[in-house]
Order: sequence, then structure tokens, then C-alpha cells
Amino acid sequence: MLHQPITKASVERLDAEAVNAARVRGPLYEKRRKIFPKRTEGRFRRFRWLVMLMTLGIYYLTPWIRWDRGAHAPDQAVLIDLASRRFYFFFIEIWPQEFFFVAGLLVMAGFGLFLVTSAVGRAWCGYACPQTVWVDLFLVVERFIEGDRNARMRLDAGAWSLDKIRKRMAKHSVWLAIGVATGGAWIFYFADAPSLLASLVALDAPPVAYTTIGILTATTYVFGGLMREQVCTYMCPWPRIQAAMLDENSLVVTYNDWRGEPRSRHAKKAAAAGEVVGDCVDCNACVAVCPMGIDIRDGQQLECITCALCIDACDGVMDKLGRERGLISYATLSDYAANMALATSGGTAEIDPTRVRDANGAFRDKVRHLNWRIVFRPRVLVYFGVWAIVGLGLLFGLLARDRLELNVLHDRNPQFVVESDGSVRNGYMVKLLNMIPEQRTISLTIEGMPAATMRVAGQATGDGRSITIGVEPDKVTPLKVFVTLPKGRLAEAEEGFSLIAEDPSSHERDVYQANFNLPGAARR
Amino acid sequence: MADKHKHVDEVSGVETTGHEWDGIRELNNPMPRWWVYSFYATVIWAIGYAIAYPSWPMLTEATKGVLGYSSRAEVSVELNAARAAQAGNLEQIASSSVEEIIANPQLQKFAVSAGASVFKVNCAQCHGSGAAGGQGFPNLNDDDWLWGGKPEEIYQTIAHGVRHAPDGETRVSEMPPFGDMLTPEQMQQTAAYVVSLTQAPSQPHLVEQGKQVFADNCASCHGADAKGNREMGAPNLADAIWLKGEGEQAVIAQMKTPKHGVMPAWLPRLGDHAVKQLAVFVHSLGGGE
Repeated sequence: MLHQPITKASVERLDAEAVNAARVRGPLYEKRRKIFPKRTEGRFRRFRWLVMLMTLGIYYLTPWIRWDRGAHAPDQAVLIDLASRRFYFFFIEIWPQEFFFVAGLLVMAGFGLFLVTSAVGRAWCGYACPQTVWVDLFLVVERFIEGDRNARMRLDAGAWSLDKIRKRMAKHSVWLAIGVATGGAWIFYFADAPSLLASLVALDAPPVAYTTIGILTATTYVFGGLMREQVCTYMCPWPRIQAAMLDENSLVVTYNDWRGEPRSRHAKKAAAAGEVVGDCVDCNACVAVCPMGIDIRDGQQLECITCALCIDACDGVMDKLGRERGLISYATLSDYAANMALATSGGTAEIDPTRVRDANGAFRDKVRHLNWRIVFRPRVLVYFGVWAIVGLGLLFGLLARDRLELNVLHDRNPQFVVESDGSVRNGYMVKLLNMIPEQRTISLTIEGMPAATMRVAGQATGDGRSITIGVEPDKVTPLKVFVTLPKGRLAEAEEGFSLIAEDPSSHERDVYQANFNLPGAARR
Repeated sequence: MADKHKHVDEVSGVETTGHEWDGIRELNNPMPRWWVYSFYATVIWAIGYAIAYPSWPMLTEATKGVLGYSSRAEVSVELNAARAAQAGNLEQIASSSVEEIIANPQLQKFAVSAGASVFKVNCAQCHGSGAAGGQGFPNLNDDDWLWGGKPEEIYQTIAHGVRHAPDGETRVSEMPPFGDMLTPEQMQQTAAYVVSLTQAPSQPHLVEQGKQVFADNCASCHGADAKGNREMGAPNLADAIWLKGEGEQAVIAQMKTPKHGVMPAWLPRLGDHAVKQLAVFVHSLGGGE
């Protein structure tokens, strides 16, 4: 006996058909076929629960984390403060001119997607994409209220009754509530969460808050509840892009027809009759659980988000039948091709699954469902390298960045002023950026042009070359600075001078190379 | 007219529109329903909008719309709000002297920006948009003041003008033409002396005679040391700033037939607020005393 005998043949066969099956594919324009995904259990399902819990938890709870920044800055750990143009992320505070950090994060996100996709395929689509996560959440609600696949199909086909109305209203109400919570969580990232919640409840929050909640509620409800897989299939550009990033060594969810075919509904009888039968008993469990409504046995498809629920369903069936798991599995196309060549004698014959097994009925050594060395190949390592370099660069930039900055604008109208004693005066608009949430004393000094003197409008202190100013925490302090060069020393103007802002306590400083304009001199 | 025999595409089984380009026929697929419904919704919305808001152009004006909305009314609401927001500052400005305004940082800031905009409309034509002036038009950025650079003095100059006849309090000064009173040699000598106060004259041997001519004829207004007299609006001739042009020729020309600039009195035109704001602005330019 080459095959393990089917010991327990109590597999439930489901009446399920893929929405994109060639047989049912109709004209170009057709109505959506409703999909009623069946509940699954298994390791990938558990992993998805975990990812859902984590991603939703992060999304809903993050705005409520407090972070004490003292009296001068908001105490919210993650806050995009558009009004005062600051972005707070735990211990990091980003000013508008440092927005390249966000650009860097986007670059990292891009390379991260390349990295993940080339290594483990469309993991983003299958596990982490918001559309996937919220559709999954909406399905939980639907299943809880209306029951599993068969109950839902009956309910959908049945006439309107009090029970049906009650169930539908309950379902849509919960969906809308989730939508409101989703839109609500989003706006908490842009304002102090507790006080915004209070004013939302008291109905005196800004209209933009309600509008945003309204729009996000609508998109969550429509995309997650009503459109579901259609968003992925028809609206989303990622499937097209991600498909282009896959190669023959990327992990994809694969139906291993080299051991499954020829499939048979009556495997026992057929085997007894001496026919060659594969492991697939054609129970359709993989089709019934698919949230995209496809049949993975038809091969790789654009619609497949690689959520692996069909793997769980099939593994369950294989367990019941007492056969090895992995009839549907994550596999690389190169592995698949090698196994397929084995099963078809290099493509010269029909699939014969006995060829992949040894005399004891176990898989031959050559047959591997997954080879991790192939997954971590040079291409993946290059992506990881670029991703890590960008990340380390950002980290270095973050640790080494200035928290004291000097912005100077030279007056252009007039470019210079001749004083009554013949000296020449230039005006500068100086902005001191104190980017830490603490009061500081900053000294502003000119260096070069030894005869020049400096005066700050409205300030009486200073020795003519240097001045110390108290600057407010986390603010820009504007100063009007006049620099005067005496007659007879005008040749010094050629050198120009430097304006130096320094915090004497931390020796943090910023330097600006300034020009000095003269009558008749060429403008530099 | 379209073909009476409707053509049906063989592959898809869909009727074609009858349009054909190089053998390629257009399928007559229906619009997606969501698209059609969105289109109907926009039509209904447009009808409602046309009723609610001003929309249809008539001969003299557009229909008013049942909501009575008007963008001009919206602007005037904003303008009134802006005026109301400024009212407090304006009241304070009215009851304060220019010096008091400068002493109050918040009021000073308000007056400087208000003064800057008034300046751009009324003063920039002569004094330049940066207040740097030009020949015959004083530079307001420097520290040389014909009539004084203290806030109240600047206010007085702006309010009543210079040589503005209709205003009784206007600043008046007039230099007599010396073309008939002095000989050309004497004028040459005087110019050499005046220039020598700040730079090398072209004919140094004339300086001593020029000093004598200056003491006899000019010192009564410009002072014995030629440093001018603000009471009379007599310019300081011993500094590096030349209102009517630098050099001996310019000095001689001004002695022969003096030119006198005129600045209108701005108080009657702009009102007290604006003149105070202007005074604060001019004082802030860097040369105020």
C-alpha cells in the first residue's frame, strides 16, 4: 500500500464555489456575488487574532498614553499638534523644519514593504492591512449575531421577518459603532484626547472633529462592512504592486497539487479500485473559509491576500483524515516547481502523487514544503541592508540634531543705513529657536569685523559685541539686531562676520555666516 | 442614424454602440449602478443648491437664493470682527502719548505693524517703501533728524507737516538764497569749508576763508560748529548725511537757490490714531531717539 488508508472519513463536504471560478465567470459587468466566509481554527487563525488584537490595540489606545513634558508642552505621548506645528512621539519632539524624519520613516516603510514582500510574500495584505483587520473584525460581529456560514446564507436567502430585521439592525448598529470608534480614535491623535472626548460628548468640539469622525465612520462601515473583498480586488493598488515584487523564491499560499491531484470525493472507493488518487478529497473547506471567495486550488490569483485561512481549514481536514498537513501551505514557487517536476516525471506525465512518496508512503526527502534558506536570499538581505541604513541614519540624525537654532534674515530694504558719524549700519532679523521645553539663557555674539558693534532693538544690555537673552521654552524668539561698522573701518566689511547663538550652560551653539552691505560696494 | 440591425459582440455577447474605429467596436456595457446613482444625486443636489444659494445670472444681478447667503455679507462680518478685535488697542492708543505707546510692548508691536501698513500707503511714495528716502527726501532709518527724533517730535512733524502752508502749526524753515548776497568766490570758499568738516575738500587753501564767510552768514542758523539747529530745522552740516546731495557742487547749488521740500500735514487726513502709529513705526526703524 503506497498510501496511508483513510481511517476516519467523517469529513464534511461543503457546497462552496469560488467567485472567480472559470466556470462561473460571466460577462464583464456583473453583480457582486456575496461571500459568507466560514469560521476557521488553526495556527494561522490564532496568529491573525493576535495581530488583530495588537494592531487594533495600538490604534485605539495610543492616544491615551500620557507622557509628562512639564508645563510647556502637551502631556500626550503621541500627538500631531497642527495648530502649534509640533509632532510629539514619546521622548521625540519634531519641529516643522525637521519633517524629513517623517519622510525618512516613509522611505523605511517602503523598503520595509519590499523586504517583507520579497521574504514572506503578501504578509501585509494577509495580516496587517487595516482593510484586512477591520473586515476580520466586522466578520466577527456578523458571525456572532447571524451565526456561521450556513446560518448566514439561510438568513440572507430567507424572506424578511422580525428576526431577520432584528439581526440585521443589530449587526449594522455594531458595525456603525465600530466605525464611530475608528473615526473617533483617529482625531484623538490630533488633540488632547481626554479633553477632546469631553467636548465631543458635550457637543462643543470643533466641527472638523465631527466631520472627520463622520467621514471615517462612513469609510470604515462601507469598506469594512459592505464592500469587503471588493476593496482589495477592485480598488486597491497594492495587489498589483505586491505581485510585481514577488519572485519564485517568495512565500505564497500554494495548493500542492503534486500531492493532492487527482482529487477524489470517494478516495477510499477509488483507491480500492486501484485508481491513483491524491490527498485532496474535494471537501471545499478551503473555498468556504476564504474571505476573498476564491479557490486556491485554481493556482496563484490576484485576489489571494495570503491570509492562510485555507491552510488552517485544509490542515484540519488532513488531521481528520489522518494524513500529513500541508496539502495547502506556504511555499515558494521554486519549491513547488521542483515537487511538481517530481510528481509529473519532469512534466512528461499526469500528476501521480505516488511518485513523491517512498515505499513506506512517507514523502521523499526531496519534497519540502518550505526551505528557509531560500527565503533569506541576497535580494532580501539587500532590502534589509537599505532599510537598516536608512533607519540608523534617522536614529543618528535624531540623536545628533540641534535643539538650538539660529535663523537670520538680512534686511534688504534698505540694505544699509549711513549714520551721521559716517558709520554704516545693517539690520538683521534674527530668530532664536529654542527647541527644548525649558527656559534657556542664550548668548548672541558677533565674531569677525573687530570694530563692529551690535545692538538689539528694545534691549539695553550687552557690551556691544555680545548680548544674553532669556528665551522661552519651545518657542521662537524674534530679535531685531543692528550691526554698525564705524567709518574708517569699512574695509573690514569684506570679511563679513558670524552671528553665534550659544547656550553657555550646555555649550550648544549655532553659527550664521552673515554679510555686511556697504554703499557703493558690490552686493554680495 | 444607428444601424437598425443591432450588432452584438461575439466574444462577450454584449451589444455594441455602433461606433467603430479601425475595426474596434465599443461595447455598450451599462454604467455601474453606483455611478448612475451618484450622478442622479449630484443633479438633485445641484437643483437644491440653485434654489438655496445665489446662482442664476439675471440682467442686473443674480438670483438671491432662499437662504439669503452673500459672500460680501460674510466679508463684512469678518471685517467687523477684525475691527472689534482691534478696538481695545485703538482706544489705548487714543488715550496714550506716543512715548507711552512705545513703553508698552504689546501696544508698541500693534502700532508698529499698523504704522507700517499706513506708511506703505501714504509715505512710501516719497520716503521709499523701506523708508530709506532719497535725494531731497530724508532717510528715516538713520540717526540724523532735522526736527528731532524723539517720539513726540516725530509725531509733531507727521501731524502738521513741513512747510505745509494751510496748517498753522506746521514746521517751517527757509534758507535764503545766497546767490545775490555772496560772490561766487565766497560760495566756493564756504563749500570748501563745509565739506572739510567731514571729508577732504578739493581746494584746501580755501577752507580758512570759507570758515570766516560761514561764521558771518550761516552760523546764525546752522550754528558756529555747523551742527545745525533743530529748533529751526537747520540741517547738521558736520555729519556724513547729505539731504540735498554730497560734495561741493551740491553745497554751492543749495546756497545759490535753496530747494525746500514740503511734507503735507497728515493729521487732518489720517487722524490721530494713524499718525501716532506712524510715529511709533518711524521711531522703531533704528534711529529713533
